[in-house]
Amino acid sequence: MSEETQKRLRSVIPPLVTILLFFIVWEAGCAIFKVDDFVLPKPSVAFQAYLQWQHAIWPNALQTLFTTLVGFGLAIVSGVALGALIGYSTLLYQALYPLLIGFNSVPKAALVPVFVIWFGIGTIPAILIAFLIAFFPIAVNVATGVATVEPEMRDVLRSLGASQFDLFRKIGFPRAMPYFFASLKVAVTLSFVGSVIAELGASNRGIGNMMVIASSRFEVPLVFAGLLVVAAMGIALYAVFALLERRMVGWAYRSSQ
Amino acid sequence: MKSIRPLMNSISSNPLCVELRDVSLSYFSSGKHIHALEGLTLSVRQGEFVAIAGPSGCGKTTILKLVAGLLPPTKGQVLIDGHPVKGPQKNVGMAFQNPILLPWRSALENVLLPLEIVEPHRQLFRNNRRAYEEQAHDLLRTVGLDGFADKPPYELSGGMQQRVSLCRALIHQPEILVLDEPFAALDAFTREELWGVLQALWLKRRCTVLLVTHDLREAVFLANRVCVMSKRPGRLVYEAVVDLPRPRSLEDTFKPAFVDLVHRIYEYIGEVRV
Repeated sequence: MSEETQKRLRSVIPPLVTILLFFIVWEAGCAIFKVDDFVLPKPSVAFQAYLQWQHAIWPNALQTLFTTLVGFGLAIVSGVALGALIGYSTLLYQALYPLLIGFNSVPKAALVPVFVIWFGIGTIPAILIAFLIAFFPIAVNVATGVATVEPEMRDVLRSLGASQFDLFRKIGFPRAMPYFFASLKVAVTLSFVGSVIAELGASNRGIGNMMVIASSRFEVPLVFAGLLVVAAMGIALYAVFALLERRMVGWAYRSSQ
Repeated sequence: MKSIRPLMNSISSNPLCVELRDVSLSYFSSGKHIHALEGLTLSVRQGEFVAIAGPSGCGKTTILKLVAGLLPPTKGQVLIDGHPVKGPQKNVGMAFQNPILLPWRSALENVLLPLEIVEPHRQLFRNNRRAYEEQAHDLLRTVGLDGFADKPPYELSGGMQQRVSLCRALIHQPEILVLDEPFAALDAFTREELWGVLQALWLKRRCTVLLVTHDLREAVFLANRVCVMSKRPGRLVYEAVVDLPRPRSLEDTFKPAFVDLVHRIYEYIGEVRV
């Protein structure tokens, strides 16, 4: 076995062991305390429900994934744009920040009924919630990255005749990348939460919608199967962006190599 | 050893490169008017190496920013080659105490950065990348960084990073090099080693250099002329011509001529500080 694969194995084993332990404790707990499957199904029961219903689960799960990624994509585009603007201009920062905090303080779940009134039941409210929930952390992180460019570095480039756009392209943007990718990892899981919340009340598709229907029919194991799928997809999305982060901004992680 | 005379003579007949005429600069900071410079006059000839020394906070760095065109003077005039400075000067190369290299670029790519910005190289860069990289390699070789071109900055020592920073300041062949305490953060041995590196670069390029420093030995080792400034608001209070032969070696810094000169300037600094 090469050293590289050994290293990789060593980083994969601890989380796998923890997840396995978590399920064992859950299973054993339910068995020992004789918890009714109707209240808290054992993971084995939830897994059976998953196997039984997987043909119904996956189209809904993929719908949720689609909703999340569309909302998240919008959040990236507008978050980077606004982050760059408020990172560069102290005036814009001062003018916009309180408003942004205000918007961010509104619980996104409370906006679902509003969006339903505006856009009706369907995919759009879920996309919007996924967008809103991810937008703020991305914008704030990009702004921090852009705003912390060393003034001497700015002087060096300015003295060479660099335009504001040059400054952004050559230093501000790459400088903000570690902050940006760090925010993506967090924001993508938030986005996922957002679309599921919206689907719970305002959609006729998606895994959130499926869980509402399942619980109204008292199919609690199916609800838990849905939760497990949501969690697994969250981990998968996080992993994708963590990998991307390593690829793109490995230079920022030199100390942990 | 060769005499310095011919060199000094040739410089003293060179046309003026940098001129500050009765320059004052004041700014507002935390509700107070701060006079950084007042009535400062200084001229530097082409190819001259001038060191500016003075108590901290006397506006030494401000002079460099004025020359680079990053700050306009409140009063007076700044001229380069006889033309008033109106904005950022692209024929100026800068290096600071902190090497501020971009961590996502290799040493070579850091050196190449100015060429991606400054005209006319900016237009030519894409098609002539090979030739430009060759220039950068040459420069890195001159400062003793052969074989480190592809290393990221964090794998280089502080002294090496500062060498890269010097190369970056010189890659676009600026007419004027402004250095703001470039060696202040280094240990004594590395610092003195880099004096030699900078001297060699200057002897090769013969560009005009303005060096701000706290270190009088450094000023005398490197410069043709040492200017001493008063405390704020900064004015020129003393000038010493360094008439020592070049290339100067670290040995020379222990010789009486060198030590005497450092001592004489030191006394002036002592006077302006009180």
